[in-house]
Amino acid sequence: MKKNTYDMGDIDVAWCPGCGNYSIIKSLKHALVELGIPPKDLVIVSGIGQAAKIPHYFKTHFFNGLHGRALPPATAIKAVNPQLTVIAESGDGDMYGEGGNHFVHAIRRNPDITNIIHNNMIYGLTKGQASPTSQFGFKTPVQTKGVILEPFNPLTLAISQNASFVARAFAGDVEETKEIIKKAIQHKGYALVDIFQPCVTFNKVNTFKWFKDNTAYVDDSYDPGDRKAAFEKALETHPLPLGVIYTSPKKNTYEQNTGLYVKDKNPLVFRNQKRSQKLLQLINRF
Amino acid sequence: MNLNQNKIKDISIVICGAAGQGIKTVENLLVHNFNNSGYHVFSTKEYMSRVRGGTNSVSIRVSSQKVAALKNHIDILLPLHSKALNHLEKRISSETIVIGDREKICKECPPQVKKFIDTPLADMAEDIGGKIFINIIAAGIITGVLRFNLDQIKKDVKDFFSQKEKQIVERNIQAVSQGYSYGKDFSDKQDISFDLKPSSDIKKQVLINGAEAVGFGALAGGCDFLSSYPMSPSTGVLVFISQHAHEFEVVAEQAEDEISAINMALGASYAGARSLVTTSGGGFALMGEGISLAGMIETPIVVHVAQRPGPATGLPTRTEQGDLELVMHTGHGEFPRVILAPGKLEDAFSLTQKAFDLADKYQIPVFILTDQFFMDSYTNIPAPDFQSIQIKKHIIKTQKDYKRSLITRDGISPRGIPGYGEGLVGVDSDEHDEYSHITEDLDLRTKMVEKRLKKMEKIKGDAIPPELIGPKNYKNLIMGWGSTFYVIKEALEILKLKKTAFLHFKQVFPLPNETKTYLKKADQIVMAENNATSQFGKLIKLETGIEINKKILKYSGLAFSVEEMAEKINHLLKQEE
Repeated sequence: MKKNTYDMGDIDVAWCPGCGNYSIIKSLKHALVELGIPPKDLVIVSGIGQAAKIPHYFKTHFFNGLHGRALPPATAIKAVNPQLTVIAESGDGDMYGEGGNHFVHAIRRNPDITNIIHNNMIYGLTKGQASPTSQFGFKTPVQTKGVILEPFNPLTLAISQNASFVARAFAGDVEETKEIIKKAIQHKGYALVDIFQPCVTFNKVNTFKWFKDNTAYVDDSYDPGDRKAAFEKALETHPLPLGVIYTSPKKNTYEQNTGLYVKDKNPLVFRNQKRSQKLLQLINRF
Repeated sequence: MNLNQNKIKDISIVICGAAGQGIKTVENLLVHNFNNSGYHVFSTKEYMSRVRGGTNSVSIRVSSQKVAALKNHIDILLPLHSKALNHLEKRISSETIVIGDREKICKECPPQVKKFIDTPLADMAEDIGGKIFINIIAAGIITGVLRFNLDQIKKDVKDFFSQKEKQIVERNIQAVSQGYSYGKDFSDKQDISFDLKPSSDIKKQVLINGAEAVGFGALAGGCDFLSSYPMSPSTGVLVFISQHAHEFEVVAEQAEDEISAINMALGASYAGARSLVTTSGGGFALMGEGISLAGMIETPIVVHVAQRPGPATGLPTRTEQGDLELVMHTGHGEFPRVILAPGKLEDAFSLTQKAFDLADKYQIPVFILTDQFFMDSYTNIPAPDFQSIQIKKHIIKTQKDYKRSLITRDGISPRGIPGYGEGLVGVDSDEHDEYSHITEDLDLRTKMVEKRLKKMEKIKGDAIPPELIGPKNYKNLIMGWGSTFYVIKEALEILKLKKTAFLHFKQVFPLPNETKTYLKKADQIVMAENNATSQFGKLIKLETGIEINKKILKYSGLAFSVEEMAEKINHLLKQEE
């Protein structure tokens, strides 16, 4: 597969120059090419925000839905056609704020999808308000005296709900991020990839340098299969951990649990169901 | 004592008690017995929003002719607790036969109670094995009073308890038999007789409720994805399809909230499924943005809204036709939609089935608008014709340069789905170009708005005409929509007005083309609706310019009874006929 398989060519991109989104899209495209997933087998589902514009800069099937609502359609698309690779991708405000409830329940359902969150700890498209992951005391035009809410920790939340794959990456490390995304896509089940990303326009605190100074990859001896240790790792803030933090072994996916693919592997949407006889049998019971 | 003084060809039976006292068991047993005995049967319930206690009632009608409306009059009443008689005071007359232990049920009986079958129900039940048998004895008494076939009710009891141990089945048969002879003795002594004739057609019919009719319609319409959040009175559809999901290969998901439900359903539909959500007013309000998304991404969706009285939580277990305007206007922006409102169970089946086809054909949201009365009412209908069902999928195999939002002459872009063909399929909630990529090209925006709205022309051509009942050369026209079909029809049958017809709408939006012609022919028009502001009347005014001043409106949370509908029509038309 060609390295530029997913590229759109010369198009107008709405991201600011120097935005971390450019690195993330590069990591993602390279990951997909290296995994040999063709565009016609991939669906990117996104919400609203700057990160959520990603499918427009991609040669792929896409469902760019509503703010905060990427996970429900992504879950459903995978359920009716498991042959598709499904990625739900948006920013921290979209996935953890507006869509927080879906985030919790997508983990519980465990669909075989990859959930990528561009986490820049701020709202970009609405011009610089706090996001769920903004740090305590972070000042904005709205949070004038600083954020007074505890920052949202997606990793501990996901591990507490026994998410089947939990990872964190840093957009500045294109290669490492690509490798983490590859593992997430290959993982059978719900895979969370929270990607730290500087917002060059609005977040003057959590900059490229800040992330470099305040993050560290887990080392080779780290065992992501130990849930309690993973939870402790995810609680760490100095430095913030990067890498695959937790994987839950042998969880069935949502699609498997529907029971609809036990006898018939054919996606639900391609089955030509003949229901007349079944309906007749059913109504005769009434 | 003769129940048949006015040659009534149907009998009205009411069972009233607390939630948890087994009203449903008696209802279930009796309606099946009446159905199996070859009678037309109808039952409807009114109940409180609680799991145990309170006062609920079930009204059952058994008849030689088709009846499917609430009747106020009660011929036979079975009160299961002491508050029942007060609860139903307005419906009890001197003709009402009350069955029960007078000491317990009716220490201070309402003065109009004249006919009491004083029955030691509790003692009889204890003799058989416990209080649990009270309901079955009572069901036996009712069938005995009616002098129905003893073997049939014994068989029905056996079938009803078929999952239970043999000993339990036998005791229940004993209970129903004892009740039966008690009731028959009473009937013989008091010389009670009925003018009911069984019909051989009924045996071929099926006894279902509104929720099941919508559910059957959905399965027949090819529904293979359902996501919903439980909410009275719409939950019956979720339950019905979930129970048959495996058999019919349906993904049936209880979502974390209504917002998730509608977005899931749209995702599934985008990928090629036929999606349904079922909800009620409050839950539907949460789906508003999703409905708008369906309009923008031109992705088919069928939404069943079972109405209950609002605003807000309102009366969760009661009925109203109060959400027509909500369903009309939900979703910001401008886009086409269709709203269907069944009046008969047969319509609920066929319209729900059709809704999936319309949604797919035009890539729009299609709404099925019912209400609590409709959802929870049982009646027997001819079994739907499943053999002729053909599901036409409006999906194409995509080519390489496929454009999901292609601008076409009729506004309908050929619908591709991911993984079928060489093309890439995109949808976007932002304004978009023909590939569905985000755009702020305002000329393109104008074209896209026109493209989406253009579909309305063909949609209007597909509108289901209203049903006219009564004389074609009417002077007066009674109008109704949705669940009021049978109550208006029966009221007019009672009144026997020669110049009055009934026009019933099962498609309320867009209005069928012939609407104005029907209205213009009438000298007097009366609109009957189960709401406070005549929402359909307002829609008629908006679309036809004709203002309907005579209105019959009810918004107490209960459905119209036949008697009150007849009285109100008579009052409004007295001068004209």
